[in-house]
Amino acid sequence: MKIPEPYFGKLFKPFVFLLALLPGILLGWNAWQDNLGANPIETITHQTGDWTLRFLLITLSISTLRRWMGWGQLIRLRRMLGLYAFFYATLHLFTYLWLDQFFWWEEILADILKRPFITVGMLAFVLLIPLAVTSTNAMIRRLGKNWLKLHKLIYLIALLGVLHFWWLVKADVREPFIYMAILALLLGERIWHSWRFKRQFL
Amino acid sequence: MILKKKPTLTDHHVTDESLYKARRSFIKTMGAGSILLGSTLAPGILSAKAGKPDLKSELTRYKDITSYNNFYEFGTGKSDPAKYAHTLKTSPWSIHVDGECSKPGTFALEDLLKPMQTEERIYRFRCVEGWSMVIPWQGFELGKLLTRFEPTSRAKYVYFETLYDPKQMPGQKRSVLEWPYVEGLRMDEAMHPLTLLATGLYGKDLLNQNGAPLRLVVPWKYGFKSIKSIVKIHFLEEQPITSWQKANAVEYGFYSNVNPEVDHPRWSQKRERRIGEFRKRKTLFLNGYADEVAVLYKGLDLKKNY
Ligand code: HEM
Repeated sequence: MKIPEPYFGKLFKPFVFLLALLPGILLGWNAWQDNLGANPIETITHQTGDWTLRFLLITLSISTLRRWMGWGQLIRLRRMLGLYAFFYATLHLFTYLWLDQFFWWEEILADILKRPFITVGMLAFVLLIPLAVTSTNAMIRRLGKNWLKLHKLIYLIALLGVLHFWWLVKADVREPFIYMAILALLLGERIWHSWRFKRQFL
Repeated sequence: MILKKKPTLTDHHVTDESLYKARRSFIKTMGAGSILLGSTLAPGILSAKAGKPDLKSELTRYKDITSYNNFYEFGTGKSDPAKYAHTLKTSPWSIHVDGECSKPGTFALEDLLKPMQTEERIYRFRCVEGWSMVIPWQGFELGKLLTRFEPTSRAKYVYFETLYDPKQMPGQKRSVLEWPYVEGLRMDEAMHPLTLLATGLYGKDLLNQNGAPLRLVVPWKYGFKSIKSIVKIHFLEEQPITSWQKANAVEYGFYSNVNPEVDHPRWSQKRERRIGEFRKRKTLFLNGYADEVAVLYKGLDLKKNY
């Protein structure tokens, strides 16, 4: 599969950019319209969390899709999608720091130390920072081989993200289970691929 | 905005819902950029009630009370009950009473309700998840009903069951919790005059998502103790095991009293978000009903008996 140039760069990529922004825009619009239900802050926390995890998985699925569909161009979307994961994670974290805790640092620190689901969420976010920072062309060139190694962290981040979700639900683990299953498929495909082509996985 | 006055037990005045509709949503406040003013209801309403700063000025909107619910029998999402609870048929309805009492039996709901005088009670309602509401219930004291069954001296606890019927309650097709949902109270908690059986709110009959046709309201305990759509009452000598204890005994105890000093293992209980407000407020010990009910727990270690 291939979209002819220059349409991929000039049309398709901007289209994906806007599409990925849409959940954020909708969330903002619905907040403005008071359309987020009885507990808007909870809705914002949940939706930004959901989209962080979704964009992590979408980012991870790029190389899988590329292999299975033979669609090499996709790789040119990956950086943008990864940065979207970081974008939604930042919104998610700020929702928590501001709208949930109102920058009550003592309480936030206690949460990070005492509540395993916050601990792993925070860890996932902190690990995302170096990936976002090293996503520029200059950084990719400077880091060379190490760049690839560093960005393998995304596997750990996605795992922590799913674990975070799993640990925060009260009784119904159906949703985190679905994310976990998708992540398992994506990781499984990589392991299978590297075994089949005798490549190193990590 | 902590309560300055102890709430009165009963409040017979019917509440003017339109007053509360006038309350602006906080998101609008957010949009106007006045976030830091945030802890707030519309100031006009407060000043109109300035002479009487009671719970009445804090009522949660009817729309929120009836659209934001935990009722896993209809799904685990907060908006699921409002969407799916229409499949529940609340009439005819009967309640089976048995165990340690002299007058057990199966009673039609009308017969149970006929002699009961309902009254309005405005109570705080605090969910274990960290949000809260203020709800004008219609109901009667549970104790007044229970005495009609003449519990014996062996009745130390009373236990309730929600309807079990996956056809009417599709959420029961998934074993998120063990069905039917069961809850229990110590007899003195059940007989306490604050403990209510509710048949309505805001002057209207209960909607299915709020636990029609008959539900428990124990205002000083976390919301999940206030079992909905009751079909069974059972008196017993041993402390029963409740649904949430079965699901996770480390996180949910039998007492489940609202207590800012005892955190849920996964989140803090020090503060709560009152639905309709922007900033969180401090959670009150026994949800603000300590003057009335703290005596029930004298000598009991509430950290151990969470
Ligand atoms: C990469 C990092 C993260 C991912 C992928 C992530 C993902 C999620 C997801 C999927 C949810 C559940 C949404 C739902 O129920 O629909 C959630 C909820 C939540 N997250 Fe995160 N999260 C991350 C980081 C964080 C951080 C850093 C914090 C705070 C320090 C945080 C705090 C919360 C809170 C408070 C909730 C709501 C819990 C509740 O409702 O009980 N998350 N997150």
